[in-house]
Amino acid sequence: MTQTPIISVKNLNKKFGDFTANDNLNFEVYKGEIFGFLGANGAGKTTALRILCGLSKPTSGEINIAGFDAYKQTELIKRHIGYMSQKFSLYEDLTVFENIRLYARIYGMKSKEIKEKTTKILDELNFAHARNKKIKDIPLGWKQKLAFLTAIFHNPKIVFLDEPTGGVDPITRRQFWDLIYKAADEGITVFVTTHYMDEAEYCDRVSIMDLGKIVALDTPENLMKTYTAKNMDEVFIKIAR
Amino acid sequence: MENCSVSVKNISKTYKTNIALSDISFEVKKGELFGLIGPDGSGKTSLIRILTTLLMPDSGTASVENLDVISDFKEIRKKIGYMPGRFSLYQDLSVEENLNFFASVFGTTVEKNYSLIKDIYYQIEPFKKRKAGQLSGGMKQKLALSCALIHKPDVLFLDEPTTGVDAVSRKEFWEMLKQLKNKEITIIVSTPYMDEADLCDRVALIQKGEILKINTPKIITSEFNKKLFSIKSENKYRLINDLREYKYNNSVNAFGQHIHYTDINPKPDTDELYKYLREKGHHSVEIKKTEPTIEDCFIDLMK
Repeated sequence: MTQTPIISVKNLNKKFGDFTANDNLNFEVYKGEIFGFLGANGAGKTTALRILCGLSKPTSGEINIAGFDAYKQTELIKRHIGYMSQKFSLYEDLTVFENIRLYARIYGMKSKEIKEKTTKILDELNFAHARNKKIKDIPLGWKQKLAFLTAIFHNPKIVFLDEPTGGVDPITRRQFWDLIYKAADEGITVFVTTHYMDEAEYCDRVSIMDLGKIVALDTPENLMKTYTAKNMDEVFIKIAR
Repeated sequence: MENCSVSVKNISKTYKTNIALSDISFEVKKGELFGLIGPDGSGKTSLIRILTTLLMPDSGTASVENLDVISDFKEIRKKIGYMPGRFSLYQDLSVEENLNFFASVFGTTVEKNYSLIKDIYYQIEPFKKRKAGQLSGGMKQKLALSCALIHKPDVLFLDEPTTGVDAVSRKEFWEMLKQLKNKEITIIVSTPYMDEADLCDRVALIQKGEILKINTPKIITSEFNKKLFSIKSENKYRLINDLREYKYNNSVNAFGQHIHYTDINPKPDTDELYKYLREKGHHSVEIKKTEPTIEDCFIDLMK
């Protein structure tokens, strides 16, 4: 892995009135890395995520995302990232191709390129037959895979995944991670937020937030060693209790 | 089965063209902690809704405490507690008001059965004047469980109680279930988290409306009939691809930091596998024999 930072966060603070949602966060994420951003509900993950996506501005700190400044260049940040959430991913009443085309056009891609790339990725997935099917008519596992491929269709530098694999069967879940590994191998940085610790074990490095602060940051393996835990669930419980 | 609490015989349920349950049969003993383990859309909720008399099966029969889910539905409702997947208490009522309401609906009082919920309720009692809608996820879960228990049910149905809660709350919730088991309540709990299977007495692994396997977690994992290896190298993505191209590979699945691998040979030659991976340019390869988890078994049974 090349250790070129693609996300650089120095002394990030975010306050809402008297409430400190993000308390002096410091971390770097490298190009092509799969980075897990963990924490319980209310720990401050979403607040930080919104800043990293250019949707909200920090109160103080130096934050650089894909080469852009988090105060002044939020529009440029948005152009160079992809985002996939578990809850809202694709339009149910549009077909597979219509969804892809919509997202790709929003990011300014040309029609010809969209068509060619769609054919290529659907072929790779053995999913060409579903090109003109409505999203509501395809199985959940396929929706997730498509949502991911749509989020990286414009070849972003970073893709943010919000609780990506909840609820799918274990085989589909692994197919999904295969796509994530492939994207990372091709140089896309993958930033995963989750409170499902099992998922964290698939990441290269993870950070754990508690009460607005980052309380641990390392590879899952090292964290398990440090906290003499047999899995990330135990690490989290030891930190958060 | 002796001491049978829940019995399901040949239950099928279809929504339009979508098969939710396909000829399902099983029994649950009194006082057992029984897990329905399967992904979204596998039929867990349909099954629970049939057993809680909220949904009619297309065919088959089912009984709870020897009462039929169709003809005796009113009687069953008095004897069961049900915690649906979505938080369904009154958000505008306080913690205390919710609990009193559920007690009165079942013709009892909080005082009468307090001992049953004490260990759970005392944790949220300091907030009893707070509206249910303003509780944290973990606290909502404790209140919902208290409300489902306040009439001292014989059977408790919990539909995905740990979905969307953090690891700490998840652990606390399973500790509460263990305590309830000592109070001789039959518990049927559904979950998409495979690792929770080990916390149940027996489990049914469900996929696409069918039971893949039903037994104790220990027996299920002991029946995994292949040697399972945990493999690791510095590049996981390349390792997965190279293992899939290995001529003796039977299955290759990512499991967190490691790859779980089975071989087509009954006695796999790990030296040759080391050699192959070295030739493919992998350094610091680690191949260890490992014990299968429920998730390994589930994947194997799905094929």
